[in-house]
Amino acid sequence: MTVGLEHYLTVSALLFGLGLYAVLTRRNAVALLMGVELILNAANLNFVAFARYVDGGVDGHIVAAFVIVLAAAEAAVALAIVLAMFRNFGTVNVDTVNRLKR
Amino acid sequence: MSGDLVFYGFALLTVLSGFFVVASRNVVHAAFSLLFTLFGVAGLYAQLGADFLAVTQTVVYIGGILVLVIFAVMMTRIPRSDAPRRGLDRAVPAAILALLSFALVYMVIVGTRWPVRETGAPEATVAEIGTSLMTRFVFPFEYVSLVLLAAMVGAAVLIRERAPEDDTDGADDAAGNGGMRS
Amino acid sequence: MSEHAILLTALAILLLPLLSYAVLFFFGKKLPRQGDWLGVSLLGVTWLLAVRIFAHFWAVGDPGLRIEGGVRWLDLGRFTADAGILVDGMTAIMLVVVTTVSLLVHLFSVGYMHGDRRYERFFAFLGFFTFSMLGIVLSNSLLFLYVFWELVGLASYLLIGFYFDKPSAAAANKKAFLTNRVGDFGFFTGILIFFTAYGTFNYFELFAAAHLSPLSGGLLTLAGVGLFMGCVGKSAQAPLHIWLPDAMEGPTPVSALIHAATMVAAGVYMVARLLPLFDPGSLLVVAYVGAITAFLGATIAVVKTDIKKSLAYSTISQLGYMVMAMGVGAASAGMFHLWTHAFFPALLFLGSGSVIHAVHTQEMPLMGGLRHKMPITFWTFLIATLAISGVPFFSGFYSKDAILAGALAFGMTKSHYVPFLLALIAAGLTAFYMFRMVFLTFMGKPRDEERHHHAHESPWTMTVPLVTLAVLAVVSSGWRGPSEGWFSRFVAPYDMERIVEQASGAAHAGEVHAVPAAAHGESVLPQEPHGEPAHAAATHEAPAHGEAPAHGEASAHGDAHDTHVRHTAHITAMILSILVAGLGILVSWLTYIRGRISAPSVLARLPRVHHVLQNMYFFDEFYAATIYRFTLWFSWLNGAFDRVVIDGIVNGMGYLTRSLSWFAGLADRYVVDGLVNGVGVVVQGAGEGFRRVQTGRVQSYLAYVCFSVLLLVFVFRAL
Repeated sequence: MTVGLEHYLTVSALLFGLGLYAVLTRRNAVALLMGVELILNAANLNFVAFARYVDGGVDGHIVAAFVIVLAAAEAAVALAIVLAMFRNFGTVNVDTVNRLKR
Repeated sequence: MSGDLVFYGFALLTVLSGFFVVASRNVVHAAFSLLFTLFGVAGLYAQLGADFLAVTQTVVYIGGILVLVIFAVMMTRIPRSDAPRRGLDRAVPAAILALLSFALVYMVIVGTRWPVRETGAPEATVAEIGTSLMTRFVFPFEYVSLVLLAAMVGAAVLIRERAPEDDTDGADDAAGNGGMRS
Repeated sequence: MSEHAILLTALAILLLPLLSYAVLFFFGKKLPRQGDWLGVSLLGVTWLLAVRIFAHFWAVGDPGLRIEGGVRWLDLGRFTADAGILVDGMTAIMLVVVTTVSLLVHLFSVGYMHGDRRYERFFAFLGFFTFSMLGIVLSNSLLFLYVFWELVGLASYLLIGFYFDKPSAAAANKKAFLTNRVGDFGFFTGILIFFTAYGTFNYFELFAAAHLSPLSGGLLTLAGVGLFMGCVGKSAQAPLHIWLPDAMEGPTPVSALIHAATMVAAGVYMVARLLPLFDPGSLLVVAYVGAITAFLGATIAVVKTDIKKSLAYSTISQLGYMVMAMGVGAASAGMFHLWTHAFFPALLFLGSGSVIHAVHTQEMPLMGGLRHKMPITFWTFLIATLAISGVPFFSGFYSKDAILAGALAFGMTKSHYVPFLLALIAAGLTAFYMFRMVFLTFMGKPRDEERHHHAHESPWTMTVPLVTLAVLAVVSSGWRGPSEGWFSRFVAPYDMERIVEQASGAAHAGEVHAVPAAAHGESVLPQEPHGEPAHAAATHEAPAHGEAPAHGEASAHGDAHDTHVRHTAHITAMILSILVAGLGILVSWLTYIRGRISAPSVLARLPRVHHVLQNMYFFDEFYAATIYRFTLWFSWLNGAFDRVVIDGIVNGMGYLTRSLSWFAGLADRYVVDGLVNGVGVVVQGAGEGFRRVQTGRVQSYLAYVCFSVLLLVFVFRAL
């Protein structure tokens, strides 16, 4: 079986599952963010794959590029939050940072 | 086919290192595994003929975001991952959920008749992407630049050493905004 | 000038003072010199326009000519009201009177009010007053006459109480306002009777309608007396004259503007304007009230030592003359006296203001010998005195003479000699007290050296108006009586036939003005049955009904006997009036210059008379004893009613409500509260349960989301 759209999509789905698992289980905020990055990459992979096999243009590439940009922005802000969190609570454990609940 | 082999190589690299990202108990290790995952994805991009994206992935993700992550890991001074192992009370349901999600997506992938078109040899995309960004996508392009700017300002505000008279509210507000933008 | 141009000019005359008021009121403080130049210059323009209209009517020389224009103001089904302007000879006269005096008062105030804390506000009020007064003059309907009537009342209230932080001024403007209310009540009643009967407010439609189908006697008299009550209040006739002397609390220019020249003349103007609406009965009331007022005012003025108070009573007396003239059918003479009188009392007031300004007192016994210190003031004051006393060749002589002649003719035809006698006595007294004033103030030796030493002539802004007014006081009569001189070009008795003709012509032409309902015999109120043609009844055959002389000059076609009586009366009255004036002056001279007659000893021989006069016939005390006491008693009665009946009902209701509330409270506590608390408990329980879902951990939330999405997908796939 020659490599086709389904193969790429499967890889993407696997990445998504792994990312989801990471987001659900990791207590360390930084590790949790890594899970988010995995999910974003899975989505990007889908865009590019579809652009290659279905659409044929570069629209998928551009969207993927936007996602990368937004990921960079997200990483910057999220990591800043993590640092602020660490400074305020002395930990990066997301379980213990639930002050808003009270 | 050599192309297929290359694909399988990169796919394996991506998935395996992704697994290590998830499974590693050490955040530093996880971060370095992520490097390989991202690199694998960049390879897959190249395989798909997205030369520009492959380079962007390498430069921005690996060169920028990952460095940022590693810095964060080091600055939070917890090289080891989650301190005590808490059994399977969380891992099991999470694993079930993740597997089910994967299963769902996979079922969709397999069960759909994709309107696949004939694919020729991949061409260079940089010129076309550049043109599109400056024409059809110029508004999102400008908009994203604004988002980046806002994120930058937000991050700077959050990271800033707190002045003595500054109260916590201002910082929290900024955090809320930054989070929403990203 | 075309009619259109005249109407526009009249509109400009009306609105310019309003503009002055608005600008000065809102921006006065910000303008250079607090904007006094603005008020004065706007008034100057207004005056020029008024003179332009005056010149036009002079050239035309037809007292019957009238120019009307207006717009539909209200249209409420059967009720319509127009806002209109009426310009005729009488209006032209009044425009000149009002704007001239107002302009001079503006000028005078620049000097007199200099440095006052609310300088710009004073000029704003002057503008507002002038606007209202011109509104009265220019209005062509009873409705707007009433509106501006009340505006004048308000303006006078503001001006009299200009020093409102002075308790006496505050009391005076309250008194003026309340007294005027009494008169306005009657005025309004009269207006409403006429409107109900004829369905229109327009003057000339009313005249025509009233001429063709008069109201039945009693009602017409009632309506006439009602209208006259407005005049009694505004023109300070007995018994509502009490506010005028108190109103001297206002600044002196205000006294000149309001009390001598314009505002009090509004009542006289109103009666003259609406003369066809008065029937013989109400005119008799008018004549007697006027004569009594003239007499009362003159007698009180004799004993007053306060120069301004004395002048105030003099004004009341002169107004009495004018009103009496209306009543005895010498309306033109009354208007003529209004015209001449507009200048010399304003002159007297401004002159007294000049004197007060110089010596800082209003008590005449503290003055004396000011002739050399203030020559301009003295000479102008003397001219005004000669004019008001009725000395030949001064303006007052011709108008007063005409009034006395009218009164005498009235007496000879109707056997009512009382008004004439009272007026004659008052004329003598006027000469006496006016010269007393001059002698006490300017002649003789200074009785207070200190004050005399500091006295000085006033600045030019004050003397220029004085001189101007003095010239006018001499020349304004034109040295002829009202019916033969230039005045007859402007004011003549209404020509009823012409008015009726015009009204019916307008009705046939289908103009804006509605046909008076009564003209077609549809009056709501009962009417006098009349068999013969209406206009015949009111003109030729009226003497047979014994009504015509009351309309006096209105019946222009009076018979030869009437003309003869008139002529005889004229000669007799002229001789008598010169005699009494001379007598008054002589007595005054003997008393205050030669000292032949000692005023104190005369007073000592007549202690009662002096007492009564000194207390102004006890009008204030009378009101205090009757109206105030009645009001207090009535208030007490109302209070008692409140306490016993109303409070009883209220308290009873309170008790009842409380009892009911107690039952309602029980129901609340056990039924409603039970339900409310039950809901609360359920919600709280549910909350306790769901609260556990909210762990505050991001990952749990994400897990819920994932789980829910999967659940939904599988559920819908299964379906």
